[in-house]
Amino acid sequence: MNKPASRRHVLTSLGSALAGVLSFSAARTAKAAVQNVLVSTPAPNRYRAAEHRWLMAIDIDRCIGCGLCAEACKTENQVPVGAYFRTWIERYIIKRPEPGSVQLRGDTVVDSPNGGMNGFPPSPVPREQILKAFYVPKLCNLCEHSPCSQACPVGATFDSPDGAVLVDPHYCIGCGFCIQACPYGCRFFNPLTKTADKCSLCYHRITRGLRPACVEVCPTEARIFGDLKNPVENDPLQQFVMKNKVQTLKPHLGTEPRVLYAGMDKEVR
Amino acid sequence: MNPALTNAIVEALPHVDGYVYPNEQNLLWSTLIVVYPYVTGLVAGAFIMASLVRVFRVQALEPVYRLSLLTSFSFLLAAPLPLLFHLGHPERCLQIMMTPHVSSPMAMFGFVYAWYMMAVLLLELWFDYRHDFVIWAEKERGLKGVIYRLFTLGVHDLSEPALRLDERMGKIISIIGIPSAFLLHGYVGFIFGSIKANPWWGNVLMPIIFIFSAIVSGISLCVVVSLVVNWARRRAQDIRCLDMMGRFLFYALVADASLETLDWVHRLYAADESIYVLKSLASGKLFYTLLIGQACLGTLVPFLVLGFLQLFRRHVAPLMRQHLYALSAVLIMLGVLAMRWNVVIGGQLFSKSLRGFTTYKMELAGHEGWLMSLALLVLPFVILGFLMRFFLPVHRPDSIGQGAAVKVVA
Repeated sequence: MNKPASRRHVLTSLGSALAGVLSFSAARTAKAAVQNVLVSTPAPNRYRAAEHRWLMAIDIDRCIGCGLCAEACKTENQVPVGAYFRTWIERYIIKRPEPGSVQLRGDTVVDSPNGGMNGFPPSPVPREQILKAFYVPKLCNLCEHSPCSQACPVGATFDSPDGAVLVDPHYCIGCGFCIQACPYGCRFFNPLTKTADKCSLCYHRITRGLRPACVEVCPTEARIFGDLKNPVENDPLQQFVMKNKVQTLKPHLGTEPRVLYAGMDKEVR
Repeated sequence: MNPALTNAIVEALPHVDGYVYPNEQNLLWSTLIVVYPYVTGLVAGAFIMASLVRVFRVQALEPVYRLSLLTSFSFLLAAPLPLLFHLGHPERCLQIMMTPHVSSPMAMFGFVYAWYMMAVLLLELWFDYRHDFVIWAEKERGLKGVIYRLFTLGVHDLSEPALRLDERMGKIISIIGIPSAFLLHGYVGFIFGSIKANPWWGNVLMPIIFIFSAIVSGISLCVVVSLVVNWARRRAQDIRCLDMMGRFLFYALVADASLETLDWVHRLYAADESIYVLKSLASGKLFYTLLIGQACLGTLVPFLVLGFLQLFRRHVAPLMRQHLYALSAVLIMLGVLAMRWNVVIGGQLFSKSLRGFTTYKMELAGHEGWLMSLALLVLPFVILGFLMRFFLPVHRPDSIGQGAAVKVVA
């Protein structure tokens, strides 16, 4: 049976909620302050991580698979040559169903030669057999519950208060557990630094007011980047979420990725 | 980038079937990480074997009690080496102890290892050996005498109450040791079982499967080591002890095989999105190591042999039984090694996109090569030989002075 809400009851609840919010915020600020002192990041000293919340969204229909983003990322972040990528592009080719079958769509062929850095060769599937094809840029999914940070045995990988998931290369022991724990294949073992490496949203750029290299070079604005705590007028991220139905990758794993995709088909993993 | 260079890079990469995420083409964890759970499992299994004597009073196993403890200790000393050598920055390894990240199972390694070594194995060995250390300290001269005197830690009391206390402490530590051994290896299983990103690993049964596979491999190791030691010391094999080890090995194997079968039955019945790639993995890339090595040679054949011996032991001659136990133990040890391979390497052969496979080519030399892994597998046996020289002479010290010659054979 519901009791009538007394003034005392309401005031207590409000007080508790306020205390909760204040302590949460205080805890975040304290965490940010501690991280500022203890953790080595490429951010300038004046940068305050708690005052930002970065996010990237991907408009799949806009991506043309030119590969400039993957190339810019490699150059900007000095990612070693070879099978090491902070961001890459996948090409999905969905075939028409076999004649006479009762399927709506046929097999799916996926490729990403050298991460799509030089664009893509002609389709391995003849044009007349293609039902549809599209490109999907991939990057760190900036998980709310990042399994990589959870797995790191020394805390060298951590969730920054501004939403970036970072690796401190001066503290990482190079065990590779975080690489195994990432469900999206976004991490790699850097053979030069002998540590785990991944997309940092170009942390050295965004903390100086610039955009990530991949966003900067994308000719079709398929990558939308912004700061949720400091929205601009007609904020592209807000517009993107308003106009599109968005999804995340592998939602069943409970990692709650923050990178949003619009126009994603069911074959994308 | 130059397209010619791109083509060269793509061609130089491992052979890929289907699609794998670009960062997954090269395997990250190789044979060193196969050796690590294998060696840790042998530690836990050999200790469980020893505790059968201490805790469960299985008198027939008394002759292998100390051998099992020393075997467990030798393997424990070598256990962290594969992990250490695998690290990108081994010089930073102490950070795991100094700044452990409490949400990471791997961060617990240092604590679990230290607990097992300090609070379980070393203590149990010391209480068990204290009486002998005191006698050896008096009898032996030179470096050996100094070492034994150091090991007494200054406690030379051999009175009845003191020896009773040793016995009681040994039993208490053994009782604590059983869950600790489960913790040691269950924890290794949890490292893999907690990875939800990988459907081959992320499995609630993984720690329990690891514990039981550790027990079978550990008992098998004790069977092999005791056979070899008796052979090397030209002593008759203790068939009663072997029969008892064979019996426990059979029980443990039944539990282990049941759990692994349950794992597969559950996977096939639940049939989540990963089942197609896992079935392809088992019947393709892992055909020889999983179906032939682990399931047939490592489980089914020893199961049949040991089961046969449980039913018709009296009809089989002791020498034949000895050979059959040796065969089963060696097959089980190879089968468990294959199981570790299937878990560690198999779990990285398919893409987390569930769309394809990569290939693994084992290196010969180098710090991730199989020569290094082989060396790390042989090392515990070398340590055991060394320990036996000091701590497992042919005759217990009680018999010194009664005319028996002390012959120490490594």
